[in-house]
Amino acid sequence: MAFDYEKYLRMEMMPHIWCPGCGNGIVMKAIIRAVDFLKLDKNKVAFVSGIGCTSRLPGYVDFYTLHTTHGRALAFATGLKLARPDLTVIVVSGDGDATAIGGNHFIHSCRRNIDMTLIIFNNFIYGMTGGQVTPTTPMDAFATTSPYGNIENPFDICKLADGAGATFVARGTSYHNVALEKLIAQAIQHKGFSVVEVLVGCPVYYGRKNKFRSPSDLLRWQKEVTVSIKAAEKMKPEELQGKILTGIFKKEDKPELTEKYRELIERVASVR
Amino acid sequence: MQRQPLLMQGNEACGEGAIYAGCRFFAGYPITPSSEIAEYMAMRLPQVGGIFIQMEDEIGSMGAVIGASLGGVKSMTATSGPGFSLKQENLGYAYMTEIPCVVVNVMRGGPSTGMPTGPSQSDVMQARWGTHGDHPTIALTPSTVEEIFYETIRAFNLSEKYRIPVILLTDEIIGHMREKIELPDPSEVEVIERVKPVCPPEEYLPYDSRYDVPPLAVFGEGYRFHVTGLNHNDKGFPTNVNRIIQEQEERMINKIKKNAADIIKYETYMIDDAEGVVFAFGSSARSAKAAVNEARRMGMKVGIFKPLTIWPFPEDAIYDIAGSVKFIVVPELNLGQIIYEVERASKGRTEVVGVNRVDPEPITPQQILDRILEFK
Repeated sequence: MAFDYEKYLRMEMMPHIWCPGCGNGIVMKAIIRAVDFLKLDKNKVAFVSGIGCTSRLPGYVDFYTLHTTHGRALAFATGLKLARPDLTVIVVSGDGDATAIGGNHFIHSCRRNIDMTLIIFNNFIYGMTGGQVTPTTPMDAFATTSPYGNIENPFDICKLADGAGATFVARGTSYHNVALEKLIAQAIQHKGFSVVEVLVGCPVYYGRKNKFRSPSDLLRWQKEVTVSIKAAEKMKPEELQGKILTGIFKKEDKPELTEKYRELIERVASVR
Repeated sequence: MQRQPLLMQGNEACGEGAIYAGCRFFAGYPITPSSEIAEYMAMRLPQVGGIFIQMEDEIGSMGAVIGASLGGVKSMTATSGPGFSLKQENLGYAYMTEIPCVVVNVMRGGPSTGMPTGPSQSDVMQARWGTHGDHPTIALTPSTVEEIFYETIRAFNLSEKYRIPVILLTDEIIGHMREKIELPDPSEVEVIERVKPVCPPEEYLPYDSRYDVPPLAVFGEGYRFHVTGLNHNDKGFPTNVNRIIQEQEERMINKIKKNAADIIKYETYMIDDAEGVVFAFGSSARSAKAAVNEARRMGMKVGIFKPLTIWPFPEDAIYDIAGSVKFIVVPELNLGQIIYEVERASKGRTEVVGVNRVDPEPITPQQILDRILEFK
């Protein structure tokens, strides 16, 4: 039987705003399939986002959806999750939204280990505002605000999440969309703060500025540049030069914030 | 029943008033002179099953408060000048999405870092127009510890009733001052709860333009709806339809305009026969009382108009008073802000003069008295 996407979509909101060839739809599909695979009740799931192309995603899916301010999605999501620990909270964010303007909320959410899933759609560029450089734009890459090539070092989102204390860290791509669906399902299932970085293509801005002639060139690049963590174990360092690893980097059991808070309330109430 | 009077700090009274009103979520960031509110909530909230979180910054704490409120929990944050500036972004989001919450600003001197330990009343205009775009504002200005307690409850009530963030403007003097207070018994003071939808979820319109204040569903209770800071239609979805944008923004502003009489609250003191009135709020109202008593003793017929609601501005009351007095003195701990509103509301019917200082010491009764005596 064919998968029923419409069960999870707000068809009245179609067509979506994403450009032809944009990778966001592939990732949205993977998220929907992961939610379906986990048999989550639509009345128990909230999607939260900030500002940008990716942040429009919650408007298209039929859950509790909160489209907030630029970079602040995790702050709103933290309040919501603390108030409603019964909800599964999924935050979707672009690379600029999550790691530039939202960088502070990002590292502190990792540190707190609050039970939610952050999916960062990394297309290396600000799409909605017209192709400006972001903290993940590769060195030397072109953007409308790096017209002579980017001279800054990019963030490695997964290393950043790991260093800040996230307890589940993974990277996937829109090309490997079946694997992505599984990564997202595992991230949602993980009790704690989960980060999934997804490489997505922005053909209109990133692609056009950086000699990717078509959307399929960007997908082909994802296929060629990535190596799974498992395959990388058997490869020599020189073979891994310039490669991007995919898979689950970290999965750790640690006390989770909403549970810790529930224990705190019980402890304080018993003293009284 | 005889109550045990307590000696309480203004900031603590704010926290206790919030608990009384049903506040069960507080997110904040340390800042002088408001930090005692966060400390008090960190101690008190777990005792009543509520949640306190110290966020990574002021912006985040404002966001968390809105998120928690959407989860159905009455929520508050507290800050002072620099933090209030940072909160403006998400405060605008709360206005736009009509999500209730309470924001306390214990005013200190500015601009910028200014005088963290000194009092000020220089955020009255920021409270009105701090965030970008057109929006209504409710801001309350208590002037005693006891008033802080009751006005905090009223802030929550108005917030839930009108689906709007409410700003409680205090200042360093009354925030740190300790005064006698008798706390009311539970259920002695009215506590208003949010109106939730009763229709089937598929018929729910979170921004139903047939209402002034549409019912607000809680995330997690079966009403799956969309919330966005973009201009939105009655379903909450982004819209580019000019008519709907105009209609929704006007509804948002009119819901407060139409109900101004319910929201506006003020107290008067000896104004029946007054030939001059002192318009004073917050800590300045305390000095005004001493000044007016002294002026009366000297034979001058003066009184006080003390707004407890500064926004919406009590313009009708001021217009009436302006028609029957020779002068209005406006003391405020800034270099002239609310005086513009008093002048606007007076419509030229009386002379309006200010008493101002930012050094940062309180305005003394003598300063106000000197101004009054100029009209002898």
